[in-house]
This record gives sequence, structure tokens and C-alpha cells, in this order.
Amino acid sequence: MRLLGILLGCSVALAADTVVIRNVDVYPVSGAEMKGVSVVITEGKIADIGAKIIPAKGMRVIEGKGLRVYPGMIDSGTELGLSEVPAVRETVDTGEIGEFMPQLRALSAVNPESEHFPVVRVNGITSVMTFPSSGGGGGGGGRFGGGDRQFISGQAALIHTDGWTWEDMAIDRSAAVHLIFPTLGGRGGRGGAVPDSILDLIPGGGGATGFTASKRTYDGQVAKITEFFEMARQYQKERAAKLPGFKPVLKLEAMMPILEGKVPLAVSAARASVIHDAISFAEKQKIKIVILQPRDIAKAGPELKAKNVPVILGRVLALPQEEDSPYDGAFTQPAEAYKAGVKFAFGTFNNEFVRNLPYQAATAVAFGLPYEEALKAVTVNAAQIWGHTEIGVVEKGKVADLMVTTGDPLEISTQIKYLFIKGKEIQLVNKQTRLYEKYMSRQ
Amino acid sequence: MKNSLLAALLVAAPLCAQTYVIKNATVMTVSKGTFKGSILVKDGKIAEVGEKVMEPQGAKIIDASNQYVIPGIIDCHSHIAVDAINEGSVSVSSMVDMRDVINPEDIAIYRALAGGVTTANILHGSANAIGGKTLPLKMRWGKTAEEMIFEGATPGIKFALGENPKRAGNPTGQAINGQTARYPATRMGVEDVIREAFNNAKAYKAEWDAWEVKKTGIPPRKDLQMEALKEVLEGKRYVHAHSYRADEILMLLRVADDYGFKIRTLQHVLEGYKVAKEIAAHGAGASTFSDWWSYKVEAFDAIPYNAAIMQKKGVLVSLNSDDAELMRHLNSEAGKAVKYGGLSETEALAMVTLNPAKQLGIDNRVGSIEVGKDADLVIYDKFPLSDYAKVQKVLIDGNIYFDRDNEISGRGAKQAEKQKLIDKEKQNRAPQGVTTRRGGQ
Repeated sequence: MRLLGILLGCSVALAADTVVIRNVDVYPVSGAEMKGVSVVITEGKIADIGAKIIPAKGMRVIEGKGLRVYPGMIDSGTELGLSEVPAVRETVDTGEIGEFMPQLRALSAVNPESEHFPVVRVNGITSVMTFPSSGGGGGGGGRFGGGDRQFISGQAALIHTDGWTWEDMAIDRSAAVHLIFPTLGGRGGRGGAVPDSILDLIPGGGGATGFTASKRTYDGQVAKITEFFEMARQYQKERAAKLPGFKPVLKLEAMMPILEGKVPLAVSAARASVIHDAISFAEKQKIKIVILQPRDIAKAGPELKAKNVPVILGRVLALPQEEDSPYDGAFTQPAEAYKAGVKFAFGTFNNEFVRNLPYQAATAVAFGLPYEEALKAVTVNAAQIWGHTEIGVVEKGKVADLMVTTGDPLEISTQIKYLFIKGKEIQLVNKQTRLYEKYMSRQ
Repeated sequence: MKNSLLAALLVAAPLCAQTYVIKNATVMTVSKGTFKGSILVKDGKIAEVGEKVMEPQGAKIIDASNQYVIPGIIDCHSHIAVDAINEGSVSVSSMVDMRDVINPEDIAIYRALAGGVTTANILHGSANAIGGKTLPLKMRWGKTAEEMIFEGATPGIKFALGENPKRAGNPTGQAINGQTARYPATRMGVEDVIREAFNNAKAYKAEWDAWEVKKTGIPPRKDLQMEALKEVLEGKRYVHAHSYRADEILMLLRVADDYGFKIRTLQHVLEGYKVAKEIAAHGAGASTFSDWWSYKVEAFDAIPYNAAIMQKKGVLVSLNSDDAELMRHLNSEAGKAVKYGGLSETEALAMVTLNPAKQLGIDNRVGSIEVGKDADLVIYDKFPLSDYAKVQKVLIDGNIYFDRDNEISGRGAKQAEKQKLIDKEKQNRAPQGVTTRRGGQ
């Protein structure tokens, strides 16, 4: 058979657990689409893509005529596995007590049996960033424990949405450390607080709630973060000096990858003024940052672009920031980011809506984002921002996280026919499809 | 300043209805199919619909080539445009009315319009087993509170079952968050509250009915709490019941059967798919979310197939928002009913137009594109059951209330006006700063 393949000038797919999807249209995201080709999946990887592939005997062959292959989608902001039912504290493991907690790992609290994983993956989401506290309001973020008063909530993990254990699911056990940057007149980069336009109005007014007091609180909070980083730097020096009697401190040890620039600091910062302060802070500290849920890209864009800071855009289907903001203020953020030349990916920041990630991207397209950019923002951009380019594209040699669809994955009516995570074919069922079957059959 | 900014956002409402011809559109009538054609809008009504329509002298032509027209979206569950939502201090607050707290300046109205919503059922909250009185509003942005009310629509009342109404209760009788615990604390208690209320309402109604026959002597004492429930018993007020779990849904249907009234709509009704047969038999409508789930325990069995299952089992189903944001894209929420459960596009679109109109008893006026109905229309640039679609124009009663082109072109002027107001405010405040400094010297 192999000989025959060579004789015919074709490559022949081998291996026992190999799957071949043939006659399929491949949309690699990283390059031009390939019509009517075969995709070979073996040992968790994409082994081959080509027009002239002959499946060997015993391989599973999927007829892909009229179907499309896309990379599985990546949600860059979730609490998947850590929060099951936000209203029930016992099911929520985000938002630990403590102001600076970089040593906490989201990964080891991920419940692989969470009902959310099967629900989101049948919609094509094959990997997610899961945060120790999203800082995003709904979905449990910061609502329990010390979350609301936190600065550094811990280490976020990049995980697959399928696996027997959290170790099995892990793509990167520490893809980022999460900092919730303070906000003038409020807390936590959550987009609330006093709008910039109103702050501008207050010429140093006094009082407990006035600008001066707010600014004092804010400066104090920023100073606290700086202080913590300085402590970590001092620790780094002592650690490098290997002085006798040096004792490791877990909290500070966890900061080393940040200070060494090996892991980015993911910073929740909504408003332009706060984003500016976060960028200045990162520059001073010489660390890599990614901004989470920026809300004012029109203002912050040029600086983000100039300093080469990528962003994770929050929900596109959101209300405008201020009462008199344009009605489509949130819808146009991705287009603004694109125009400004800012690198971005999407996050949903609420477990309940992770499955709607592609529809958020579609809304961005309706409001000015080029389609190709929307697709990148749920695939390859996320992979690049989190430093894992082995996922997010359909290319030979990459991890076989693939969805086989009836059409454009950002379109609601599109169905997913087959799904592969790490080359494993995933059954497109979950708690919800089971309940559907059960109660449809009720007489 | 807030009011000035709001005023700046107001779209000048037209004085009298213009005659429009919407031409060359894909018209999705919902009730009479989808076709390429035109709509004549005259005197606030749909005057003609067809492949070709009359173009009267003076009619404004709206060229909708490559665009789609659907009936105005109707949100069967909303809390926008009001100053208060919950009167939760008592378990039966049927004496209060959302009508008394309408806020026509709520920016959420304009945003809903921009999402194609022309009518919304404004509900009391879910803090208590029997909540306040409710009513549908048309999203006539720029009009007064009175003018927003959907004329002639049957008013409603909010009921609520499950976690929310029992949240204020505490079986130990202790205060919760400093507030005295309020009965009920369980689903059993919720049933009891509703039975008790209707037990009383029946007696109240009997007293009045007896007096109405003779109309002599001293009439019974007017009781505003009972009055609303009497209207429910008389079928003059619709019950919109917030519900999640199958058990509580069934409970309410049986209570209603026992006391001889109807549940007009079950709201949320996330486990409605488990008791679709019983809901259909009672004749209740169901108004649900497309895919919300897991935010609380009673939402953990919620499935996105809920709408489709209920519809297939004979329930009149609508999709609602209960949320000022979600409200702005009910068109794509309807699209999810195609994805989950395989409904046809028309069936799905009906769930945000004709079905909620029927549930609210206003389908003689709105909900589909038919001659004689109100000209409440939405024009989209693309196929509307998708997030790729953007609302271009919204008409209510034949008047354009939202126009994306005007919205975009007007932004510069609004921004300039806002800046002027801010500058003026800064100037006004500047001397105070000077005074303060001098005072300190």
C-alpha cells in the first residue's frame, strides 16, 4: 500500500489511531483556504494536509464533502473548571482571600468533570484561559472570598476543554499571572467607578468622595503594587546571590517568571487612564503585560500599539460604558483595536457565555471588524498572545484541535459535525443534549 | 447636566406620520411568508404589502435593496424604562403598578430601539410570590410616560416562584442582612402565599359581585391589593409568572386550575421542557431565554433546546431578554432556536415578534407584517437571525424612531454639545476654586 502510494506520487497516511477527514475545505486561519483536501490526524497532531492522501486500511475516514475544517476556538478569559454555579459559594473557587497571591494556581482547582466543559466544547471551544479570578463581575469573579479586595489573584492556566485530569488538560499551567489594577474612584479595573469625563470635571474637589480623596486612595493602591514588586525584586537578588540562610518564599518565588519576562502579567484595566498607568507600571518594572477587558480602545489604542501591548477584549455584546456613550460603544471596540493596530483576542469573562464566543466575534464584524481578524481573534491571536503557537491554526505538525463545521463558525446557524481535541474525537453530547433527548421522548 | 446630555441624545420625534414606501427588501412577514417586495406605510399603519405596492404622491421612498424587513421585535420580559422594579417588602404587592414609575428618559429605551425592539413588556421584579402590576410599552423614545403606554393592551401582574421569592425568607425567623425575615422561605410557602391570596380574592370578588347585582346599600370596602387579583379572576389582567423548576411550574398551573384563572405566560420557565405537555394543556404561553443557564441552582438544568421542545409540544413560545443588553439582539437570540432544536427561520423569528404579541394579547396590532397592523418595522442590513446583522432603521406607528445613518452622522454634533456643556461646567466651577484658595490665605 505504501509502495503504491509512492508509485502514484501520493503520501499515504499511516498509524493505527489515525483519522482522515477527506474532501474537506480547510480554513487554516494562518493562510489561504484549501478546498477539497484531506486532513490526517495522528497521535494528537495534524500529521498531514493535502489533496493527494490515500487513507491506509483500518483508518477512520470521515467524509468531509461540503464541510469545513477550522482550528478549535480559544476563549482568552474564563473561569472554567473553577466556577460551576456562581450563586452557590461551594461551587466557586475563584477569588481567594489575600491581596497579593501570585502563588495560587488556577490549574489545580480545575474540575475536569465540570458540566461547563462539554457544554462549551460542542460549540467548538477547544481551549480556554482559566483565571483564578476574572475580575469581570458576573460568573463568580471576585464575588467571593477576598476577590473584591485583591490585586494579584494568582496564576491563570491555558487548558484544553477535555481531559481526564487537570494535568491532562493543561497546555500551560501558568500562562499568566493576574493583576487587577486599581481604578480611580473604584476598585479593580472593572469598568465601574467614575467615568473619565466626569473626573475631568472635578478640579481637585475635597471630601471623602471627591477627586482628591479618590486619587489619594488610588495612588496608595498603585504604591502598594509597586512595593510588592520591589519586594519581589529584592528577593530575586537575594535568591541569585545564593546567600547562606536564604529561605524560599512561595509568594515571591511565584513572581520570578514575571520579573524574568517569561510569563506575562495579565492586567485587568478598563479605562484609558488606568491602562496608561498599567503600561507605565509595566515599563518601569520591565515586565510583559497583556491588558484584560479594556473598554476605551479609541483612547488607549495608540499607546497600546506603540508599546506593543496585546489585549483581551471582553464581551462585545455589552452595554456602552457610559450613559451617553454611543449605543454601539462596546460593539465597535474590536474594530477600534484593529484600526489602532493593537493585537487582540476575545474573552467572554463569564462561564455561562463561553459558548457564545464566536457570536461575540460576529457582532464585532457587524460593527466594522474585518471577518478574517475576528476569526484570528478567537484562534491564532489567542495562541500567540499566550505563547502557545502549537494551537490555534490548522497546519501540519500542530496540535489537532479541530472543528469540522457546516459553514462559517461565527454564524449562529452553523453546526459542528465533528470535534477533535488533541487528536481525540469528542462526542458532541453534554448534559443539555441528554436532557433534550430525554424530554423530547416524553409522551 | 444629566438632563441636558439626555436631551442632546433625543431624536426629534416626528410630528405627524409620513407616508413611506420601503422598497426592494426581503420582507419577512412572519405570518405570511418571506418574499422580495415592498411595504407601504401610511397613517402609522401598514397599508400595503407585496412584490409591488402603490407609491402615493409625497411618499418617502426607503430603498432597502439587499436589506431585510421584519416586524418590530417584542420583548416579553423587560425592566427598562422604570424608576423602580421590586416592591419586595410584602409577599403580595399586587397594589403597586409599574405604570406609576415609567421613566421615559431611560437611555435603555433608545438602545433597545437600536436593537430593533419596538414593544417591551415592563414587569415588576421577582422578589415576591405575587408582585406588582405590569404593562407593555412601545419604545416611543422622546415621548412622555403616558405616550409610551401600549394603548388598549391588557395589563398584567407579575408572579414569582422558586429561589427569588423565598430568598427574603428565613426558616429560623432571623433577620437577613438586617431585614426582618419575610414569609415564605420555601417553595411550599410560595404556593401557600398564592393560594391564600386567591382564597381572599375569591371572597372579595364574591362580595363585590353580590353588591353589583343589587347596587344598593353600602358597597364593600375597596381593597387595592385584592382589586388586581379580582381582575385576574375575571380574566382582565394577565398573569406573567417568573418560574424555573418543573415542580413549581406544575404547582402554579394547578393552583390556577383550582381557583379558576389562567396563567397567561410563564416567564423564564427554564425547565418548561420537562412539563411542556402540562403547560400546553393549561394554555399558558412560555417566554424563555435562548441559552442562559447555570447562574443559580434552579438554572442548572436549563437547556438551549427549551424553546424548541416546548414549541414542538404545542406551547406558544417567545424568547425574552430580562436584560437591557440582551434586549438589543433578540434577533440573533431567535437564531439560536434554529441552531438548538432545528426550528424553521420563520418559527424562530416568530418567537421574538408574533408569539410575544399573542402572549400579550396585542397581535391584532403588532407582531407581523400585515395590512392594517401598526407600522412597527425593523430594517436590517443582513439576514436578521444572525449577529452579522445590524439594525438600520426602526419604525413605530409609521414614524422613524431609529436611523443608523442619522445616529452616526449626528455623533459629531452631540460630542461637540457635550464638550460645550463640560467646558461651561468647568468655567462655572473655576471661580469656586479661586474663592477657596483666597479663603485659605
